Amino acid sequence: MTHHDIVIIGGGPAGLSAAAAARKAGIQDILILERDGVLGGILNQCIHNGFGLHTFKEELTGPEYAARYIAMVEEEKIPYKLNTIVADISKDREVTYINREEGLVTIKAGAVILAMGCRERPRGALNIPGYRPAGIYSAGTAQRLMNIEGYCVGKEVVILGSGDIGLIMARRMTLEGAKVKVVAELMPYSGGLKRNIVQCLDDYGIPLKLSHTVVNIEGKERLTGITLAEVDANRNPIPGTEEHYSCDTLLLSVGLIPENELSKGAGVSMNRVTSGPNVDDHLETEVEGIYACGNVLHVHDLVDFVSQEAALAGENAAAYVKNGKSGEEGRKVPLLAENGVRYTVPQVLNVTAMQDAVTVRFRVADVYKDRYISVYYDDKLISKKKKKVLAPGEMEQVVLKKSSFADYPDISRIKICTEVE
Amino acid sequence: MEVRNLICIGCPLGCPVTVTIDGDDINVTGNTCPRGADYARKEVSNPTRIVTSSIRVNDGVIARVSVKTKNDIPKSKIFEVMEEIRNTRVDAPVAMGQVLIADCAGTGVEIVATKGVDRA
Repeated sequence: MTHHDIVIIGGGPAGLSAAAAARKAGIQDILILERDGVLGGILNQCIHNGFGLHTFKEELTGPEYAARYIAMVEEEKIPYKLNTIVADISKDREVTYINREEGLVTIKAGAVILAMGCRERPRGALNIPGYRPAGIYSAGTAQRLMNIEGYCVGKEVVILGSGDIGLIMARRMTLEGAKVKVVAELMPYSGGLKRNIVQCLDDYGIPLKLSHTVVNIEGKERLTGITLAEVDANRNPIPGTEEHYSCDTLLLSVGLIPENELSKGAGVSMNRVTSGPNVDDHLETEVEGIYACGNVLHVHDLVDFVSQEAALAGENAAAYVKNGKSGEEGRKVPLLAENGVRYTVPQVLNVTAMQDAVTVRFRVADVYKDRYISVYYDDKLISKKKKKVLAPGEMEQVVLKKSSFADYPDISRIKICTEVE
Repeated sequence: MEVRNLICIGCPLGCPVTVTIDGDDINVTGNTCPRGADYARKEVSNPTRIVTSSIRVNDGVIARVSVKTKNDIPKSKIFEVMEEIRNTRVDAPVAMGQVLIADCAGTGVEIVATKGVDRA
């Protein structure tokens, strides 16, 4: 069986950044496995701008951002296999992949980095009544059809869900001459970034209807219309609020789900909130030598943060390969997400083996105004920072310094929560 | 004196900024970086946008090459710029950064490729 020091599953933004960082940390024998025919992942179809302000201090489009990382991988001559799908990862890090040239191959990895990204929640997961005509797409599928394959997806459009891809597609389809009639959102707030509501909807006068959902789909061959209704606090449609929209296209932007079938196969323990693996501050899963980063770990808003996170996974996987063991044994303290904080990544912090500073990322459960984000070591308040607005669509972070634990040798839990006053 | 509340679109942080306009005196608060102040000043006087789209490629490995306006263009010109982008065809290969339209819709702004497309 062939051996590679580090095998990276996925050649999107996370996989590319992890590979570049692992090489920088001195690992020569790296292999990236990518199921598409090109590197770059979802960035290839995200042709809008707004990427890279944190990483490169300039505003790039998705393909340009991807090109920077692809160039790093090419310059470093890091090997990758395209059109190669991974079928299985075992607990002892045997990776089985399939491609046209080699057939079914199993290789052994010193460390594995999970970087498979996420996929869109489909119609089938929503239980919308009605017919099943052509013309209903997940927003990302429509984005690919339009931006890469060059199809006109539709002329009269309704979008369900106000996630970022839905907002971006509302603008994109408007620019291409379609009429986007409405964006409907089940929740009382948008799941997308504020800037996308401004520049994708407001700029073009596209209405956003919060607390609304699709309750009927019409059309036998092609979609001919949908019915929208307002929902109550329990998200149930309110009778009498139904409105009919004629349309030939319905886009669904109703959430992204980390793609973790391979992780589960490897025996990695999963987090119920993130739908990604549980990791420590090295981004190591509970299976030794298997690391996770990017959207497979938790869904991000910004690729810049994916790149940062993935670089950390790459460095830590490199250190594991060199030392032959995970971070030195130490005091592993659970991070608890409470009172309006839905989850944290990482979920565990090794306060003795941690780096000087660790960024903890999280999302809040609802839209909050004028709240503090507080950090407690056991029951002692360590820091609190006031935020004017907190929203589930915008990932938040706190930075924990190693030095801050010097006075808490017996710490048993770290709590991150929101507080009113 | 006029007060306008905007969301900065300079980056995904989306800072809420307040612009106070008093004749020629424009005051911006709430921004976390200089880009926010620039954006807010522009937005209340001459709003501009970067436009991204794609252009059909003849004989390419993929059907379309993604493009952008090299600089921001007046918001009022977006649909004229799109019209010219839609009517343009280019031949593969296309290199990233290649100028595909020299002066788009009289804005004086170039349309450049944001990815490379090889010949099929």
